[in-house]
Amino acid sequence: MGRRIDISRRREGILAEKAFAWLCRLAVFLPLVILLWLLGKVVATGIGRIDLDFLTEAPSQLDAATGGIWPALMGSVWLIGLTAAVSLPIGVGAAVYLEEYGKRSRLATLIEIAIANLAGVPSIIYGMLGLGLFVRALALGETVLAGALTLSLLVLPVVIMSSREALRTVKDALREAALGLGATRWQTTRHVVLPMAMPGILTGAILAISRAIGETAPLVVVGAVGFILFAPDGVDSEYTALPMQIFQWTSSPQRAFLVNAAAGIVVLMFTLFLLNSVAILLRNRFQKRMY
Amino acid sequence: MRRPAALLLMALLVVPLATGCSKRKAQGGTVKLDGSSTVFLISAGVAEQFRKAGGGEASVGASGTGGGFKKFCRGELDITGASRPIKDSEVQECKSAGIEWIELPVAYDGLAVVVSKRNDWVDHLTVGELQKIWAPEAQGKVTSWSQVRDGWPDRPLRLFGPGVDSGTYDYFTQAIVGKEHSSRGDYTQSEDDNTLVQGISTDGNALGFFGYAYYAENRDKLKLVPIDDGKPDNGAGPIAPSPQTIVDGTYQPLSRPIFIYVTVKGAKKPSVEKFVQFYLDHAGQTANKVGYVGLPAQVYDLAKRRFAARKTGSVFTGGSKVGVTLEQLLESEGG
Amino acid sequence: MDDATPDVVLPVMRGSAKDRRASGIGERIIELALAGCGAFSIFVTVGIVVVLLYEALDFFRAVPLREFFGDTEWTPLFADNRHFGVWPLVMGTLVTSAIAMAVALPFGLLAAIYLSEFAPARTRRLLKPALELLAGVPTIVYGYFALTVVTPALQGIVPGLAGGNMLSAGIVMGIMIIPLVSSLSEDAIYAVPDSLREGAYALGAGKMPTILRVIVPSAWSGIAASMTLAVSRAIGETMIVAIAAGNQANFTYDPREPAETMTAYIVNISKGDIPTGTVAYKTIFAVGLLLFLMTLIMNLISYRLSRKLRAQSRA
Repeated sequence: MGRRIDISRRREGILAEKAFAWLCRLAVFLPLVILLWLLGKVVATGIGRIDLDFLTEAPSQLDAATGGIWPALMGSVWLIGLTAAVSLPIGVGAAVYLEEYGKRSRLATLIEIAIANLAGVPSIIYGMLGLGLFVRALALGETVLAGALTLSLLVLPVVIMSSREALRTVKDALREAALGLGATRWQTTRHVVLPMAMPGILTGAILAISRAIGETAPLVVVGAVGFILFAPDGVDSEYTALPMQIFQWTSSPQRAFLVNAAAGIVVLMFTLFLLNSVAILLRNRFQKRMY
Repeated sequence: MRRPAALLLMALLVVPLATGCSKRKAQGGTVKLDGSSTVFLISAGVAEQFRKAGGGEASVGASGTGGGFKKFCRGELDITGASRPIKDSEVQECKSAGIEWIELPVAYDGLAVVVSKRNDWVDHLTVGELQKIWAPEAQGKVTSWSQVRDGWPDRPLRLFGPGVDSGTYDYFTQAIVGKEHSSRGDYTQSEDDNTLVQGISTDGNALGFFGYAYYAENRDKLKLVPIDDGKPDNGAGPIAPSPQTIVDGTYQPLSRPIFIYVTVKGAKKPSVEKFVQFYLDHAGQTANKVGYVGLPAQVYDLAKRRFAARKTGSVFTGGSKVGVTLEQLLESEGG
Repeated sequence: MDDATPDVVLPVMRGSAKDRRASGIGERIIELALAGCGAFSIFVTVGIVVVLLYEALDFFRAVPLREFFGDTEWTPLFADNRHFGVWPLVMGTLVTSAIAMAVALPFGLLAAIYLSEFAPARTRRLLKPALELLAGVPTIVYGYFALTVVTPALQGIVPGLAGGNMLSAGIVMGIMIIPLVSSLSEDAIYAVPDSLREGAYALGAGKMPTILRVIVPSAWSGIAASMTLAVSRAIGETMIVAIAAGNQANFTYDPREPAETMTAYIVNISKGDIPTGTVAYKTIFAVGLLLFLMTLIMNLISYRLSRKLRAQSRA
């Protein structure tokens, strides 16, 4: 690493340079410190509120100190399940097409442009697409299915991009070896490439899920109701989700509801932490196996 | 490591899919409510108690009185909450969609006019002053407290109020500006009264209005403004809203009844019928708990009878009636 | 290497020529299915444009563009006194985004410089994902922070700060966007060839002048790409402003005042359900279309700039 060549020893420059270096250090550490402080405050406010009841009961409008996030938690689980069920097959399929089949075709270029665009579209626009298409045009109504379909579209670019990364890590030599032995493209993909890329694909899937869990804006537009006392019991059920519940509580000026919001945030962040840890573990395991 | 992660993912996928469609929905089980954010507080409280009593599930939205009626007249709701009577245009809409409905009063509410606790100059407001502040002509012109009353400081007048879908807004404009749905536009609007409380309580120059319950729940953050309606025969001088003054008619013109409307079709569902009966039984105590004023037992009886008889139509044809009691109206209709 | 040994050999060797021919059709079907999956993203892009245009055009048939862009009041839902000037919403968006950029751009760039020029390899490996954490926190959590922690803290310092204000929201948004700028800028700086650095040092330049005069300018298109992407992200942000910026369509430059951004408007109206065909429904699509176009333009500029960077580094 030839980067730290420090040939210069001119004295005038050194003070300014030290200051600059410290400024740069500050730029990295200050935001992290602020984030830690903010998270600390939330945890301090909310953690006391969390107990088994909080996790298993419905929210209370009358008495903020009772009740919990069960419907929101289950709503999020349902949303994630359905979103994964829709976005993963399509996303991995698209990635496989782009990496294994259509490398130089015009279709592939168009698809790549589309994905690059979609990745930059604000999440609320996906909500509006969901409203116009799923809720109204397809008459799905304000159900968990409509919400999940909307989220699927939102995370699709993430799934595609990370799956492509995973597929790219598989060395061409393997593909060529399989093809040379007489395997068809699909056989190669299915028996050679995909198994090798699977950890990376799973990591990408987990990242997509992490993204979907925290989304609020599209769900508001697509109609997740604020005060629901029950968990979804079918794909056409009304629902609420963790971020929605937090949003509702945050909008309440009474202190007790804000404490609930903080507690909800702790649950949300903990879930994200778990998911991301699994993803990181997967990635490390995967990397160790790379040759 | 791959295996368990993959299995977990698959489990997450399979469970929702395997469950298929909502049985609860198929049985018409969930009672669907929406509408006024004012009434929301009572409806949500009743829904909670209903559930605890083993009665079943209800979902409660708060899109605003107007928004609720729109959904209601499209047949998407069983019950809608309203902080004003149904309008003629909404009666028409429901009629053309073939939706029949029953009007049931559930509580009294006073519209509280509030300012921030840091506001130390407002002692009361007259109806005339309120009109000066909120009339459409005031837009862009009445922007300072000093313009409202001589001697008040020259501070920016920051206004908060419900949005146009809100029955509270409709009633306020009717009572203060004199014309329903007519006011200045440059104020912070929200259907969510909690947002208004938050806004007003943190801004020393703010003034806003919403249902009394939202004040009662946030007494420590807000300062209530007594209103002088200039009519000595129902209480001289400025009167502050309180459960007492709301029910005995001295807090005028900002006292009003609030309602739920139930579709006749919905009432046929056993879950909805049970819920409405439970509602009328518990509305009084729930209303008092959240900060509204329960109706006299006599009025609840009239309402229950009205529901049992599935009596459709409104006693408020022509819009809000300012200053008439519910007993008079319901009784004049013959219950 | 062990449990991943592919079992390709056996199925292939066992198959006869006939098998392989029959699988030709199967292969085609699979390829079409996969292509379909890919094409799906094209459909989604088209879908977004179609849905937005369809509803927005309906709106513009009733409200002329001149009014939309000419008026500075936004009161679309009123009975009398209706105004459809979108500028208050645009101002809200621009002011909050500008504040966010004032935070994210300097911090992001300096952080990128630190990570690629000053930090030892081990620190870099730790700090880079740590910065990514900032981007991983859900925006609703940031909104909660802005409302309950940042605004009260600032109210002690800034006189006349309203409870809902653009300053808190902008600052918190900026913090959230820092990783976007730092990550992409760092890639751009990393791509600057060592020969340039060594040349500068050989000429006797110190570290800071080298960075400021040589490295940053040559990485500039990549850095600019990250900055335009950051602007796009700020424009499209919803929850932070919906919770913390107040909800008044206010045509103002003053960050201490409440305002409503385009995104917050859409969320606020949607919270209250809107039936199809009403004015409210159409307004959110008109605003949504404008939002989409603004972010699209920013994204395109960013894409162009990053293409330039890639071309440069190949040279």
